[in-house]
Amino acid sequence: MSLATLLLLADGRLPSGGHAHSGGLEPQIAAGRVRDVGGLDGFLRGRLATGGLVSAAFAAAACGDVHRCAELDAGLDARTPSPALRKASRAQGRALLRAGRAMWPIPDVGRAPHQPVALGALAAAAGLTPAEAAVAAVHGTITGSASAAVRLLGLDPYAVHALLARLAPDCDRIAAAAAERSSDPVDDLPAAGAPLLDIGAEHHATWEVRLFAS
Amino acid sequence: MHPELHEHGPDEVPHTHPEPGVDPHAPLHTGPRALRIGIGGPVGSGKTALVASLCRALGEELRLAVVTNDIYTTEDADFLLRNGVLPEERVRAVETGCCPHTAIRDDISANLDAVEDLEATLGPLDLVLVESGGDNLTATFSKGLIDQQIFVVDVAGGDKVPRKGGPGVTTADLLVINKTDLAPLVGADLSVMDRDARARRHDLPTVFLSLAEDKLATPVADWIRGLVAARTTPAGA
Repeated sequence: MSLATLLLLADGRLPSGGHAHSGGLEPQIAAGRVRDVGGLDGFLRGRLATGGLVSAAFAAAACGDVHRCAELDAGLDARTPSPALRKASRAQGRALLRAGRAMWPIPDVGRAPHQPVALGALAAAAGLTPAEAAVAAVHGTITGSASAAVRLLGLDPYAVHALLARLAPDCDRIAAAAAERSSDPVDDLPAAGAPLLDIGAEHHATWEVRLFAS
Repeated sequence: MHPELHEHGPDEVPHTHPEPGVDPHAPLHTGPRALRIGIGGPVGSGKTALVASLCRALGEELRLAVVTNDIYTTEDADFLLRNGVLPEERVRAVETGCCPHTAIRDDISANLDAVEDLEATLGPLDLVLVESGGDNLTATFSKGLIDQQIFVVDVAGGDKVPRKGGPGVTTADLLVINKTDLAPLVGADLSVMDRDARARRHDLPTVFLSLAEDKLATPVADWIRGLVAARTTPAGA
């Protein structure tokens, strides 16, 4: 393992398309469900327990055995009922692969796999462990939305980072739990969902004016 | 693994044995590809109107497509479609998450995907125009995304803009000073803008433009024709 390599993969400045996505936050803000740091806290905890856990498990599984990538990709399709969120995940997977190919030799995992599958493949190519892939996945799940909240609501960036620091132990715990299950059959991997995010994403995709791609 | 070309017998086609599990294919579109020109500049300076004019001027003679980066989803793409300057399949809109400069400079992935998708669906193209969302004077394009960039400012933004400089004004391959027809109305002195632009840009070209009077953006279209011709003419020919 290399800690510096892991930091590179988790860095929000990695040119992997994430800056254009709010992780489902923009429609929730528009619906008035997230208005302040307290609301963001609840939103991020929900993300950790659902999309964060699923992403971490699939990234860890892909990292552990890249030959399972196609099967894992289908498993994520089954766990992503919203077509808009499938599209967003694949767009980010494609962008992540582009960045990854510039850094390491990446095996063929399809042109636009789901983002966690791409992340796992990159982590494996970088010599990282499934547990590290899981941490990067969970971290990305909440930092992207947090950054979007700063831009959309004008929240105090220090207050948002204080929140992220408070959530760090939860990130570690969820990543560890996800990594432990990374060798499970795809059907047994976590399948936690967030129906309100699915519904929000479908509405969001029809907006005439939106700032984030998802 | 034998990555170098070899053959096993006299009748064999030379080939390689790449590393198992590693994608042996080069990334898409490494061969001849369209000339990519970025068009940036502040909000309201006339970038979209310029793109529309260039589509009218060049659409018949070049295989052309456009990528837009408006902060509001498809606003600029819709403008081009409404004005009928390009068919729908030749225009792609990229969403930038509040950060138009990020999408053209720091994280160009969505724009590269859009350009590659256009080339994949439309076949070979001569020219792709990548229009940035309106931003400030520091916004420039990454060399990983475009070959040449145009920066558009307008006289109504004040005749001090060229003097203020900034990476857009200073380093763009072509500076366009637009809306010269408004100069008398806003008290802008074009000679001051010309002098300051020369001082900032040294040998890099600057053109004055009024799209109200020149609907085909002739000086800009001619500059692009020159670039396309230089690419398609073999060196020494």
